Amino acid sequence: MAWRLRLAPEKTSIDFFKHQWLTFGGSMLLMVLAFVFWGTMGLNYGIDFKGGTTLRTESAQAVDVGAYRKSLEGLAVGDVVITEVFDPSFRADQHVAMIRISSVESDQAVSPEELDSVKAALTKLEPGIKFVSEETVGPKVSGELVKTSVLAVAVTSIGIMLYIWMRFEWQFAVGGVLALLHDVFITVGIFALFQLKFDLTIVAALLTILGYSINDTVVVFDRLRENLVKYKTMPLKEVMNLSVNETLSRTLMTSITTLIAVGSMMVFGGDVIRGFSFAIFMGVLLGTYSSVYVAKNLVLFIGLDRSEKPKNGKPSDHEFANIDA
Amino acid sequence: MLYSPLWKRLFILALCAWGILASLPNLFYTTVEAHNDAAAAIAKAGGVATEEQTADLAKWPSFLPSALVNLGLDLRGGAHLLAEVQVADVYAQRIDSLWPEVRDTLRDVRDQVGAVRRMPSVPGVLRVSVGNADGMAVALEKVKALAAPVASLTGVGQKDLDVSVDGQEIVVQLSEPERVATDDRTMQQSLEIIRRRVDEVGTREPTIQREGTDRILIQVPGIGSASELKALMGTTAKLTFNPVVGRTSDAGAQPGPRNHLLPSTTEKDVYYIVADEAVVSGEELTDAQPSFDQNGRPAVSFKFNVSGARKFGDYTAEHIGEPFAIVLDEEVISAPTIQSHIAGGSGIITGNFTLEESTNLAVLLRAGALPAKMNFLEERTIGPELGQDSIDAGKIAAIIGMVAVSLFMLASYGLFGLFANIALVINMALIFGVLSVIGGTLTLPGIAGIVLTIGMAVDANVLVYERIREELRIHKTTAGAIEVGYERALSAIVDANLTTLITAAVLFFLGAGPVRGFAIALGIGIITSVFTAIYVTRLIISFWFNWRQPKEIVV
Repeated sequence: MAWRLRLAPEKTSIDFFKHQWLTFGGSMLLMVLAFVFWGTMGLNYGIDFKGGTTLRTESAQAVDVGAYRKSLEGLAVGDVVITEVFDPSFRADQHVAMIRISSVESDQAVSPEELDSVKAALTKLEPGIKFVSEETVGPKVSGELVKTSVLAVAVTSIGIMLYIWMRFEWQFAVGGVLALLHDVFITVGIFALFQLKFDLTIVAALLTILGYSINDTVVVFDRLRENLVKYKTMPLKEVMNLSVNETLSRTLMTSITTLIAVGSMMVFGGDVIRGFSFAIFMGVLLGTYSSVYVAKNLVLFIGLDRSEKPKNGKPSDHEFANIDA
Repeated sequence: MLYSPLWKRLFILALCAWGILASLPNLFYTTVEAHNDAAAAIAKAGGVATEEQTADLAKWPSFLPSALVNLGLDLRGGAHLLAEVQVADVYAQRIDSLWPEVRDTLRDVRDQVGAVRRMPSVPGVLRVSVGNADGMAVALEKVKALAAPVASLTGVGQKDLDVSVDGQEIVVQLSEPERVATDDRTMQQSLEIIRRRVDEVGTREPTIQREGTDRILIQVPGIGSASELKALMGTTAKLTFNPVVGRTSDAGAQPGPRNHLLPSTTEKDVYYIVADEAVVSGEELTDAQPSFDQNGRPAVSFKFNVSGARKFGDYTAEHIGEPFAIVLDEEVISAPTIQSHIAGGSGIITGNFTLEESTNLAVLLRAGALPAKMNFLEERTIGPELGQDSIDAGKIAAIIGMVAVSLFMLASYGLFGLFANIALVINMALIFGVLSVIGGTLTLPGIAGIVLTIGMAVDANVLVYERIREELRIHKTTAGAIEVGYERALSAIVDANLTTLITAAVLFFLGAGPVRGFAIALGIGIITSVFTAIYVTRLIISFWFNWRQPKEIVV
């Protein structure tokens, strides 16, 4: 037998329900905490959702946030937030700062004049400064982007729910989607807790989490569906345990490979995309956890009708099994 | 047993070979880009090539595919604008230009309706007071007759004007179907004008598209900044010829009803009071060229179309000795006095221009004025340095991710891991091949999507291999275990990937810009990874199996 890296022993029989009140309670607690953070601290919305302007500056001298702030004092602009950006990929003489400006009148976009005054003040402070990116989003668009984002998460969830309902049972659909929302909300909670910038790309990341997490859950469900046919008399709880154990090795493998890839993006992919990679990274971790501990528990909680049903029109357990390559 | 028909094998191999070939140009991006640019330039010049272009053209053999993945603005650098066209401006112009017509019509029946006067009103609404209350019915009839059928498919059978009576006044405004039709025309015209102006500077693949009812998205790679782009589009560049009512040096002067005060561009502290209603406007120009006046100073010569020429001719004939103002973007460029009747509809504009200014003005006039003002809702500028940094970082992340995942697969599944890794490389090639051929755009989140695909692509293989491991414990023959492993894993693979595809689809339809790029990369990645995992690795395994005929296998 050749040596193989194994993330899980060949045959496991872990009782995933043993501590179900602990795991389930933990999930509930995390969800509640996420909402509390979200509600009390709020999200650190980027200009996509709040409107305003961001300037990314680059200069050869180290960034002195205090001096930057001082140079912008007295200008006729609204709130100014200055942060220095660090990234391992930066060259030694590359010092980057992000400056976020809002307009004097909160319901207006930052005008070109306001922006020019900021740029002029910074150039005066540091003649070699370069403005490598400038983004302005008006309040009209930012309001719409919020709506579109919420709509996107809702549409995706419903789409996934319908698909799973079609392919499995409605209990699976509800359990699966609730598990998804669990992953998404906790990720949002983490963004609120650490006040990480929340912009459009993060919404894209959340949607990706939906996609990834359901992928994981579906694999478990698929095995569950197969085992339900195979072991008609075994209690539901045990069939579930068996299914999770059987797919455990795969679940871990896929999570690890995805985490490796996303982790590499997070570390080496540059600061522009870091928030996005981080969101996906967290989502993959949560997704793995939820497909093992949350989704099927919810199905068990709702209960499953295992009585024999007429087979007409219902998909068999291996609908695509006759496809050969 | 692990057998598939020859045509199927050939088909799979052909697809893989195509993917590798189609993705190849992206490895030599700058070379191929130079080749493509040269080819395009030569085609545009009608087959005539400069020496430099020929050299560029020769850099990449023409028998190889040369389609490239477009780089998004966040990678190439450039400007992005989301503009909202003030479509209601056009209603106001239409209604303003209607007044002389209404006045002339009612003048014909003066004995019945009495004196008519235009009353102040909100833009887009014409209020006309009728002196003789008894003649209201006649006046209404006359004004209603001015309405023409709406020229659009949805508005068939409807009139373009809504005419009603409010006390002593007749109220005229555009009807709802006419507004819809007008909006549509305004948008078409704006798009066309922006396109022409952006093309005039010859930038690479600009995106200019209509979004929703009254918005235009403009993305121009390689341009320095969003403000440069705005200047290029000449946000308004509206030329009109207005009668001059007076001249003053008082910036706070009251211009009086239906007149307005405009500053002069050439004379300091001089303001002109001009009438609101233009004699002729820039839309009626057919040509504008930079030229010189009698004194050899730069000027712009212009020519009106037939109706413009007639209006201009009539006006100049009636107002000899009076000044009229040439107004560009709410500033008076010059206010010459009419010396004689100008027939034929051509003339020149003078006004202390430099040669460059006169050339630019001619370009702007030729392209036509934007029919309505634009508000910019979103402006983004990404510098090329930042884009390059992102590409570099993305490349490094992708390579490291790929190597790490490959090593991991190798450690976990040995030879079978190697098979999966070969499939992974082919998968990458297919993604880039497809992206190049459909002209997809790669954005920074798109790179992240591809990196994510690297991690998830092996998932299908993991599912199969884990299943084979299980089956090996049950089945006697190894070939059978592989066969069954593939079959049984299939439903999980299909279900899992279809749900992810749903997400990608939503992202595509609801997302914009970079996010859409991510959705495309993710969507293509899902499809190609299922293909490579199911068909390609299976083919590799069956080749290997038939070649080595192993008694037992270790997955």
